Amino acid sequence: MSQYKMHLLVCAGTGCHSSQSDLVYEMLRDEVDRKRLEEEVQIIRTGCFGFCEKGPIVKVLPDNTFYTQVKPSDAREIIDEHVIKGRRVERLLYLDPETEEHVLDSKHMGFYKKQLRIALRNCGTIDPENIDEAIARNAYQALGKSITEMSPQETIDLIKSSGLRGRGGAGFPTGLKWEITSRNQANQKYVVCNADEGDPGAFMDRSILEGDPHSVLEAMAICGYCIGATKGLIYIRAEYPLAIRRLKVAIAQAREYGLLGEQIFGTSFSFDISLKYGAGAFVCGEETALIHSMEGKRGEPANKPPFPAQSGYLGKPTNVNNVETLANIPVIILKGAEWFSSIGTEKSKGTKVFALAGKINNVGLIEVPMGITLREIIYEIGGGIKNNKKFKAVQTGGPSGGCLTEKHLDTPIDYESLTAAGSMMGSGGMIVLDEDDCMVSVAKFYLDFIVEESCGRCAPCRIGNKRLYETLNKITQGKGKQEDIEKLRNLSQVIKDTSLCGLGQTSPNPVLSTLDNFMDEYMEHVHDKKCRSGQCRSLLYYVISKDDCIGCMACKRVCPTHAISGEKKEVHVINQEVCIKCGACMEKCQFDAISLLNDYPRVTSSPVNV
Amino acid sequence: MNQKINLAPEVLAYMEKLNGSDGVEVVVNLPKEKVEQINEICNSFDNDPQELINVLHETQHLFGYLPAEVQDVIAHNLHLPVAHVYGVVTFYSYFTMLPKGEHPISVCTGTACYVRGAEKVLEEFKKELNIKVGETTPDGRFSINCLRCVGACGLAPVVLVGEKVYGRVSPDGVKAILAEYDK
Repeated sequence: MSQYKMHLLVCAGTGCHSSQSDLVYEMLRDEVDRKRLEEEVQIIRTGCFGFCEKGPIVKVLPDNTFYTQVKPSDAREIIDEHVIKGRRVERLLYLDPETEEHVLDSKHMGFYKKQLRIALRNCGTIDPENIDEAIARNAYQALGKSITEMSPQETIDLIKSSGLRGRGGAGFPTGLKWEITSRNQANQKYVVCNADEGDPGAFMDRSILEGDPHSVLEAMAICGYCIGATKGLIYIRAEYPLAIRRLKVAIAQAREYGLLGEQIFGTSFSFDISLKYGAGAFVCGEETALIHSMEGKRGEPANKPPFPAQSGYLGKPTNVNNVETLANIPVIILKGAEWFSSIGTEKSKGTKVFALAGKINNVGLIEVPMGITLREIIYEIGGGIKNNKKFKAVQTGGPSGGCLTEKHLDTPIDYESLTAAGSMMGSGGMIVLDEDDCMVSVAKFYLDFIVEESCGRCAPCRIGNKRLYETLNKITQGKGKQEDIEKLRNLSQVIKDTSLCGLGQTSPNPVLSTLDNFMDEYMEHVHDKKCRSGQCRSLLYYVISKDDCIGCMACKRVCPTHAISGEKKEVHVINQEVCIKCGACMEKCQFDAISLLNDYPRVTSSPVNV
Repeated sequence: MNQKINLAPEVLAYMEKLNGSDGVEVVVNLPKEKVEQINEICNSFDNDPQELINVLHETQHLFGYLPAEVQDVIAHNLHLPVAHVYGVVTFYSYFTMLPKGEHPISVCTGTACYVRGAEKVLEEFKKELNIKVGETTPDGRFSINCLRCVGACGLAPVVLVGEKVYGRVSPDGVKAILAEYDK
């Protein structure tokens, strides 16, 4: 194998891929071929770097230069200047927004400084479609160690003492789950990887599968060894074609190397993995629903017990783990439980991957130690709020979670603290909201999602959430009453208490959490008929400025409900009771005399000064 | 050309029980080669009813949608009641019983896209094409759908036309996107 002097890593995750990173890769290759550098420079397509905001990303090794927003036309300059002449291309370097200076390498970027990448250790480092690169980074070593040097119980004990908890949301101790499944006797057991990442705004599982599929395959095999299963299944969303392709490649390569299949590492242990596809149902992230879906049925949840560990896929004991949970396993086995449990808080060990999105400067995928504060995530890693707006809230845990506000900014984040704050860890989506977001509308958005995704099996979730949605809709339309707020709270509690599965039991969380933290906004909507952020269309008011109106009657003629009164050459007035807010008058006015207000114009009989 | 297919004994028994009659036969309005294509897909999964969702994925990939006739054939092959197949098709949002447009437009309405204004982009598409979500234009060229999160939240709001991803779409940019697909 030839020794390369330089490696160019091109991000090929979904985010960068969407902004033509494949073309960047092609152009770099062409350029390298043309300059006859193919012996010296290696160009690799990697998984996600996490810094999706500034994609496509190209990283140069060994000097760690981090180029952002690279266009295909930049390829030549990178090769000519950086590779041949050894001069960095300044204009493509990341510009630190605070110092306004170019940052030379990724180690000095605020986005990476506070991160600790365990589950994402290989994302953005290796070519996910080449098993040799994964092996060079210790892939399958933990599997070898486990099945040749350790007994299943020793491995389970190691995972247990590491304190690893499920990263899918609920945070059940992983080692304990394995132990329970291992104790159930059956002629066949199954290891299932839950890659049905349905939480809108969360994309960590996809990034791991796209960037480092072998870590998940290896962990599944280890789990199989521990619980006594020979079959693994990955349940993955059909909406992730790239992850599916990379998994297929990875499985084929692992089989070829004898790392999956019969008698792995010359032992009597055999294990193989196949894929099952989801088809777009959020509820299938719930483990019993997921198992039904894998069996070719509607993905409806079942009552627990029996738990999947007792009777799961095809009625056999089944261990279901989330992608991120599994990606942690090999490192824990290699580095030891003590090392892992030294990271994080008392009850939540290790790191957590978050998908940072919304109104934040650095959208992307981050991995941070448990116990970090929200302030560090938003302002140091995330680079603050977009366009210097005011921070309002962070929505964590997706449709099952809640909002964290300014008062939570300095709370150390772990499973317990998030639950105590009325939210939850969830799969790790973090949507940042600023002053322009209406919290009632945000709650309504999530309920809309839940109504669409509720499987319909149990009445509280099917009917209750629909009623919640309708009540919220009423409030955003300015038709809400005080009693509606009480109704929201009571109904939410009933849905939480009586729903069959995790989806229904957590679905009112966005409502309860916004009620707790933003009651003033609800009150404004209900009593003042006002939406301070101007998001609720029905609570906006068209008004005519008496200074600018010349009385041309154009708006009066176009108004479909005859809400505008006024004589020729006199200032016109809109009757708010009749106005249907179609906006036709504003479109027609040639003098910019009509504007939108987010507060009810109290005096409608005389012209309003804007 | 119409094809008569004979029902599996279990299904037949089931339908007889329902209808109280015997000799039920199903007429499938599908050309022979299409039936054969579906049979091939089912065979590749060993006609295993557990593999129903994978079979539906492949079939939809082939036909673009899953009309009732296609479901009949699949149910027959996998020895399942048609109602079961129909139940699964309608449960999952990925499966559709209506053909999509030549250029299916999917607007991401995940949370990240929502807070960055996906709704306004969706409105603009609806206005430009004069159809609702889930509908196809009369000339069959465009259809609009919503999807929840493609995971490209860094590019929010995101719109997919076919497999092509458009990032940071503003309502003003909608016309330009549609113009790309004008003949």
